[in-house]
Amino acid sequence: MDGLLHQVFSGLATGGIYASVALALVMIYQATHHINFAQGEMAMFSTYIALALINAGLPYWVAFAATLVFSFAMGAIIQRVLLQPLANAPVLALVGVFIGMMLIFNNTAGWIFSYTLKPFPSPFGEGGPMVGGMLSPHELGSTCVTLGVLLSVWAFFRFTRLGLAMRAAAYNPVSSQLVGIPVARMLALGWGLAAAIGAIAGMMVAPVVFLDPNMMAGVLLYAFAGALLGGITNPLGAVIGGFLVGVIENIGGAYIVGTGLKLSLALVIIVAVLVLKPSGLFGKTLASRV
Amino acid sequence: MSTPEGAAAPGGVLLDVRGLHAGYGEIKVLHGLDFMVSAGGVTTLLGANGAGKTTTLRAISGMIRTSGDIVLAGAPIGGKATEAIAALGVAHVPDGRGTFMELTVEENLRLGAYTRRDNPAADMEKMFTYFPKLRQRFRQQAGTLSGGEQQMLAIARALMLRPRLLLLDEPSFGLAPLIVREIFEIMRTVIAQEGTSILVVEQNAALALAIADRAYLLETGRIVMSGPATEIRKDEAVRRSYLGY
Ligand SMILES: Nc1ncnc2c1ncn2[C@@H]1O[C@H](COP(=O)(O)OP(=O)(O)OP(=O)(O)O)[C@@H](O)[C@H]1O
Ligand SMILES: [Mg+2]
Repeated sequence: MDGLLHQVFSGLATGGIYASVALALVMIYQATHHINFAQGEMAMFSTYIALALINAGLPYWVAFAATLVFSFAMGAIIQRVLLQPLANAPVLALVGVFIGMMLIFNNTAGWIFSYTLKPFPSPFGEGGPMVGGMLSPHELGSTCVTLGVLLSVWAFFRFTRLGLAMRAAAYNPVSSQLVGIPVARMLALGWGLAAAIGAIAGMMVAPVVFLDPNMMAGVLLYAFAGALLGGITNPLGAVIGGFLVGVIENIGGAYIVGTGLKLSLALVIIVAVLVLKPSGLFGKTLASRV
Repeated sequence: MSTPEGAAAPGGVLLDVRGLHAGYGEIKVLHGLDFMVSAGGVTTLLGANGAGKTTTLRAISGMIRTSGDIVLAGAPIGGKATEAIAALGVAHVPDGRGTFMELTVEENLRLGAYTRRDNPAADMEKMFTYFPKLRQRFRQQAGTLSGGEQQMLAIARALMLRPRLLLLDEPSFGLAPLIVREIFEIMRTVIAQEGTSILVVEQNAALALAIADRAYLLETGRIVMSGPATEIRKDEAVRRSYLGY
């Protein structure tokens, strides 16, 4: 029983990482109706930047903040330079661009930082298990960080003028322009924000899995499964889906398929959702009368 | 047209359009329109299906490429971005109303005031006095409103910008006659109290002519008749083709 509870808790801790990346995916999806397959690689690249800054002697949290700024700029610039010109391009062209970006980030990271596994520091120290032996300090700390991120993002979209404008621009670009919202700028902001969220997820997962250029491949798959499970059209659903996938992965890995086959659980979830309920558990079906 | 600060005096020309050409890619729709909206006045653009009414409003809002002169309060706005034109005080209720369906009524109204930095609460309250039905729907998703309520929301959203020029695209479209009458009654009150300058496009000529002071008749992208609304209303041909009596 204790073992199961332990799996649930540590599943929630990794689930927070998936939830963050799922949120980043959904934010871009809502605005553009595309899945940014490069989201994970962008996060991986950001994490290398963080490591470089830490190795250069910056205190952890300063490097953390600088990485967020870097990632935000990187996301916004990618949108502006690469994707804005392709706004009306066919879907396949965009898929090509996303896959291209994925490869470029992966290879560039390998080329600059090498493909060897690198330890990444945790700001929460080593120490023994906490919360009645259920969580390591890093698991507890990273869960708090991801929850903090998710809450702030929610509050930003819910309560600020800019957040409302970004939602409006995603839902209805034409009407948004008519009320004076610079839609292109909102898209760039959204990309920046998504990249920053991904960077946090990367920095939180790296101490657990070690940093290498392929670190985020599995995370992206789980996050995508989470986003689909919760509902790709519903940010809150995607976040819940991310947590669920974390728990399913841990329990499934411990008791059902074994750790070697854990990743296949993500594929099972993806296929099951697409077949049984494509809108996901919390996907919105808007009752609109026109 | 040499008013200082572009603050068109009452009765002066607010919107002056000359030789307006516009279309969609290769397709030419407007072939040199001349028309104007006076400050504090209501101008209506009448015409049958496909005459180019919607296209004209899109041209003013910078949603499509144009040539010719579009001058708002002395300043040319042709070629500017749509959001920049909105920031200059042009509020456009588009074809199909442009409601943010997934957002609440309140959020729709807040978005209407996006270009203004001040607190929109007072204006929102004013919208509820004009459109009492919206007050009960305040927290409701806009997509769940009835067609009439959505049209009211669309007009209220546009008024939240405190527009110097309001562009309305067929506010009567798809609504029951009783609702249409209600909306036009409210429009009359708004015009009287706010003095908003309006360019309203309509197929329902009788309605539009009742609130307008100036009218233009559009046929396949050309203006074929213009004058004070009272005179257009009396015109034999207009009566037969557009007023149905
Ligand atoms: N997006 C578009 N792409 C290509 N052609 C268009 C487009 N929108 C309108 N048109 C064409 O432009 C012409 C004028 O259309 P417009 O929508 O301006 O007419 P309208 O007077 O508003 O008509 P209605 O009363 O039906 O709304 C029509 O021939 C129409 O087919
Ligand atoms: Mg039209």
